[in-house]
Amino acid sequence: MNNIMDRRDFIRVVSTTGSGLVLGLYLPYTNKLNGKTKAATIFEPNVWIKVHPDNSVLIMVGKSEMGQGVLTSLPMIIAEEMDLDWSTVKVQQAPADKDKYGSQMTGGSRSIASSWKQLRKAGATAREMMISAAAKEWGVPAGDCTTKASHVIHNMSNRKMSYGSLTEKASQVPIPRRVSLKNPKQFSIIGKNIKRKDTQPKLNGKAQFSMDVQLEGMVYATVVRSPVFGGQLKSFDEASISDIQGVIKIFKIENGLAIVARSIWVAIKAGKRLKITWDKGENDALDSNKIKALLVEKSKKQGAIARKKGNVKKAIKSSDNQVEAVYESPFQAHATMEPMNCTADVQKNKCRIWAATQAPARAQKKAAKITGLPIKKVELNVTYLGGGFGRRSINDFVYDAVEISKVMEKPVKMVWTREEDMQHDYYRPASLHVMKGAIDNENHLTAWTHRVVAPSILFSQLVKMPFPFKEKLDIISVEGAKNIRYDIPNILVDYRMANTPVPVGWWRSVYDSQNAFANECFMDELAEAAGKDPLQFRLELLPKSSRERNVLTLLAEKAGWETFNSGPYYQGLSFHKSFGTYVAQVARVTVKDNTIKVGEIHCAVDCGTVINPSIVDAQISGAIIYGLSAALKSKITVSNGRIDQSNFDDFDVLRMDETPKIHVHLIESDAAPSGVGEPGLPPAAPAVANAVYAATGKRIRRLPITIQDII
Amino acid sequence: MVDNFCKFSSQIMKIFTLNVNGKQHSISVEADAPLLWVLRDELGYTGTKFGCGRGLCGACTVHLDGEATRSCMTTVEFAEDSEITTIEGLSEDGTHPVQQAWFEEDVPQCGYCQSGQIMTAVSFLNRNPNPTEADIDSAMKMNICRCGTYPSIRKAINRAADKQLSADE
Repeated sequence: MNNIMDRRDFIRVVSTTGSGLVLGLYLPYTNKLNGKTKAATIFEPNVWIKVHPDNSVLIMVGKSEMGQGVLTSLPMIIAEEMDLDWSTVKVQQAPADKDKYGSQMTGGSRSIASSWKQLRKAGATAREMMISAAAKEWGVPAGDCTTKASHVIHNMSNRKMSYGSLTEKASQVPIPRRVSLKNPKQFSIIGKNIKRKDTQPKLNGKAQFSMDVQLEGMVYATVVRSPVFGGQLKSFDEASISDIQGVIKIFKIENGLAIVARSIWVAIKAGKRLKITWDKGENDALDSNKIKALLVEKSKKQGAIARKKGNVKKAIKSSDNQVEAVYESPFQAHATMEPMNCTADVQKNKCRIWAATQAPARAQKKAAKITGLPIKKVELNVTYLGGGFGRRSINDFVYDAVEISKVMEKPVKMVWTREEDMQHDYYRPASLHVMKGAIDNENHLTAWTHRVVAPSILFSQLVKMPFPFKEKLDIISVEGAKNIRYDIPNILVDYRMANTPVPVGWWRSVYDSQNAFANECFMDELAEAAGKDPLQFRLELLPKSSRERNVLTLLAEKAGWETFNSGPYYQGLSFHKSFGTYVAQVARVTVKDNTIKVGEIHCAVDCGTVINPSIVDAQISGAIIYGLSAALKSKITVSNGRIDQSNFDDFDVLRMDETPKIHVHLIESDAAPSGVGEPGLPPAAPAVANAVYAATGKRIRRLPITIQDII
Repeated sequence: MVDNFCKFSSQIMKIFTLNVNGKQHSISVEADAPLLWVLRDELGYTGTKFGCGRGLCGACTVHLDGEATRSCMTTVEFAEDSEITTIEGLSEDGTHPVQQAWFEEDVPQCGYCQSGQIMTAVSFLNRNPNPTEADIDSAMKMNICRCGTYPSIRKAINRAADKQLSADE
């Protein structure tokens, strides 16, 4: 406790800004202040773009960079329409400012899709203003000017001016109401394998994650929460850690017990050793068997109808070729590489926060509430996120840091241990899927029912008020189930809510992961019952020249589905559309010496216009690998009201030696772009499970796939 | 009595001299403090990351006398006599051949594990400049990446190895 001053001498205060201020004259939004102020030397036609006199352009990014590449792909859209020299484009993560940047919520694979039109227009507007400024300067019609690589060009007179030299003049041009966008055939940046802007700092240790923020006078904290969900702090015995030097303060916060110390190491050590007594509450007896029993119980009755087409009952009754199966998925943790952490500096009149969050505005709003400050006095800097996958859309770790800093009246870096992170996640919900199908005399699939039984993310965590409807339909939990793409004459999809005390949240691809597993494994069961090849069976149920069909056809061709014959390897197929993107996969698997090995995955993707093929490839491959962890290795289980797993030894994930060769095949398309962060994941587990069936003759109806389920 | 003494002795502050990236640093910390936290919080080498705290994920990998070492499981006391290299010390401007190969392949996604991945790969390639795919898998399998950059890491290691070979010829 008395060493704080000593160690200050050794601290090298690293940059304090996750996203610093840009120097230069700032005009809000546009050049509306025309004529009222001195012309800007930085041309800022909108909140995204700042053209500097040195001809460099700074592009602000309003979505959080969590590895998915938005710091590169979003600026590429602006750069394309503005005809920028990409090498002079700088990018910056925007701090939380809903009024300025609109929704900064990053998730649902929506960043590109939701920004596409807006950013194209922003770029095209800036370009047109540059042209107007140059045309006026030269005294030529704007229509005679073109642009290229951050220059306006007048071909007839062989003149050109850089954007940087036009900043003052362009700032005085009225903003055009309408601008024309490029024909995709003219694209020279979009569609190219352009290197990411954030690569270099991520190779030399300079990239600043929230974990890396260092502030003058900072203290460190960790938080210990009740291991049993819903438990409350009863007492703690400070004497149990009296031999640990450097503990500054221990106190209760909303989510648990804060331990503040002179270093993270001391805080963590004290947190692990401190004797804490919890009032375990009512969930002490909860375990995975009880949760399973609840799901099974719930599955017996029909739930809220999500989709009804034709008459399923009649179709099933009239068929003598019926198939039934129940599929099961466990809870999953996100296990981002960077454990939850946040740095906050709550002062009397302001609050500064550095957070790796997917939901900056929400964090800012709640921080204002905790501190009692107006939102404008809460500065929230979005740092690099050391993985998100949906976990960082819930800001509990931000609130911990703000609460602690408020008490300490000092800057605080709050870090959870890996164990806290894994045991206090918002997990992918466990689920049960009751499937029925019927095939007619001509071997056509005539009926399909899918009952999704799972905890509701929407109604158990986010909507905390008591819900007046008993069986309200959580539309998110039937994503990928209700909108199954196959053209089946009779369909019934329903949802039974089965909430438990285990917190649930958005996990990469959300319910599409479980629903696709059930859908696509069951499709293979039905194909077999119809005596058909899994590919042919699916193609027969998809309209000609549909995007669904095209993606499956491309996959079959690239993977050589029909001609494949390679010794110990067996293949399985799957198709799923999620987040607007169509994805089909072939997995090739061997099962020998009690080991399931996925050797190869082919993946065909239609995500509309591809902004950056190598980023799409990386996202699809990454989602497949994340999905394979859940298909083959990891699961979260519950005993005595708490999570059994705590670190990467008992929550094991895919390693390099287990990673298959992945081939991503992209459909060429002019359609509007759709998501790529998540859609690669859902087809992975069913493709592998179907391949395991081909290899062993054992149907896989439960994840993760274990060797015990096969032998 | 002895137990109590040991327990106590690990808690008292001692002055340690660490040689990090060729620079000497004198710091006063507990003898049991993990090198990871000393590097990050006392000395400001934040490129080395905290991932699991138990040597399970590899995010904290640094070199001790050129050997890839989990800094979260290494006490500052143990590290005192070694030359410690962190990602910041691998090269002055990110131009180490392995960093360059990583750059060419545009490996990082979130980037959090990449310091550890690179430090493991450098130490491995120094020992085995001409690795097979199986060698790469077995050297890298203890470094976790949740974004799933493994395929790119494989390519980058092959690229770095090829370069190294052609430079040797």
